[in-house]
Amino acid sequence: MAKRSVIPFGPQHPVLPEPIHLDLVLEDEKVIEAIPSVGFVHRGLEKLIEKRDFNQYQYVIERTCGICSFMHGMSYCETLEKIFDVDIPDRAKYLRTIWAEMSRLHSHLLWLGLLADAFGFESLFMQSWRMREKILDMFEASTGGRVIFSVNKVGGVLKDMGRDMLNSFIETFDDMEESISALSKVFLNDVTVNSRLRGVGVLTREEAVSLGAVGPMMRASGIDIDTRLLGYEAYKDLDLDPVISTECDSYARCQVRIGEIFQSFNLIRQAVAKIPDGEIAVQVKGAPKGEAFNRVEQPRGEAIYYIKANGSMYLDRCRVRTPTFTNLQPLIKTLQGCQYADVPILILTIDPCISCTER
Amino acid sequence: MAKVSKSPWLMHYDASSCNGCDIEVLACLTPVYDIERFGIINTGDPKQADILLITGGVNTQNKAIVEQIYSQMPNPKVVVAVGICACTGGVFKECYNILGGVDQVIPVDIYVPGCAARPESIIDGVVKALDLLEKKNTEMKNKA
Repeated sequence: MAKRSVIPFGPQHPVLPEPIHLDLVLEDEKVIEAIPSVGFVHRGLEKLIEKRDFNQYQYVIERTCGICSFMHGMSYCETLEKIFDVDIPDRAKYLRTIWAEMSRLHSHLLWLGLLADAFGFESLFMQSWRMREKILDMFEASTGGRVIFSVNKVGGVLKDMGRDMLNSFIETFDDMEESISALSKVFLNDVTVNSRLRGVGVLTREEAVSLGAVGPMMRASGIDIDTRLLGYEAYKDLDLDPVISTECDSYARCQVRIGEIFQSFNLIRQAVAKIPDGEIAVQVKGAPKGEAFNRVEQPRGEAIYYIKANGSMYLDRCRVRTPTFTNLQPLIKTLQGCQYADVPILILTIDPCISCTER
Repeated sequence: MAKVSKSPWLMHYDASSCNGCDIEVLACLTPVYDIERFGIINTGDPKQADILLITGGVNTQNKAIVEQIYSQMPNPKVVVAVGICACTGGVFKECYNILGGVDQVIPVDIYVPGCAARPESIIDGVVKALDLLEKKNTEMKNKA
């Protein structure tokens, strides 16, 4: 029998931007078991609901995660709008959709860069992040912030985008699409990159279903589910086909996310063409009472929001089920039997967002 | 900024940040902002690091890790607290698991405020850290 050893991985590790700790049980170079331990980023954000009223809490919930901060603010407001039973203006729905897709773009580009960094392709990392800066510039022009925006409110949005601004975004997207398709050729066709991704971390369709994978992780295992098809916000008016791949490995996950980048460009173009004029918010009066449940598709997969309100300004409960939380089980599964050198890549292929998970 | 005679190495640790400041720290290292032009290299090894960029407030679980990383860094060393959470606890100050800013656990030399801290202000903090590192270095040599 080969020699067994236990190697601690993290919480401080060069490849991890966020702290997660794994105890890796190795047999020679092969990982037999991975035991995660978490809590390094736990702040107790959900408990803060007792000290902040529901309007103030919007700014707290945005800080669940700096990458999908817009999505968190949006889904929180949507859930409260369900409780208040208000219908927000169409223009606000379209604006939210555009910002949400821009968040997806910046998140996926960020992930591509981190993946390139994990397999040691420094220039690819830099190029992906250079692309990402353009999206951040757009965010700054439209919302005033680079990563935390605070443009959502219960009943709509706080800022509007003019026609000139939207058109200039579309022009930039045209340029970006060209450079990203050049970049994606390296990710998908380069021999060295392929040798690190193909056949690594296979998660079969059955495993993905039974372990509850969500988002690109699930779509890379050939399952055709996308929460955006529920038609929240403006998605009901837009053409959308989930990007899937049937190869089930790390390469497939990369392929799906690159596909989703182009899909987001397409969705934003559709939204800009269809966006109606009008108000961007309705006034919401009083305090919420009742409970509601909401699902949205974040860059990392499906997030679930549950809010219980008691008729006062302070909510009883705001529960978030984040995508990384459910994707941790498939991660542990794919780590079993992999080579030690592939561990960083496998951790990155679920696109972990630890601060979402631990809150 | 005074002339930098050495190439300081920089390390980043996420104490309990929301990722906002983390990605801004990483954005500083990549094109557009590029702090590598000051001769800085991002390292993952505390034993090779001169400057520690730390984001987020300290919580009970990672207190020991922050202390350990700090103690592993060789002298002279500079700690830069990036973002309002690392400075004081920020928006999460009243959360039950947050002990407060990083200065509750390790000595902090430079505070970079902001939520999330902008890359420009992070660069400003790092440039101040370069001067301070130089100063600490001379002090150490004079003592010896």
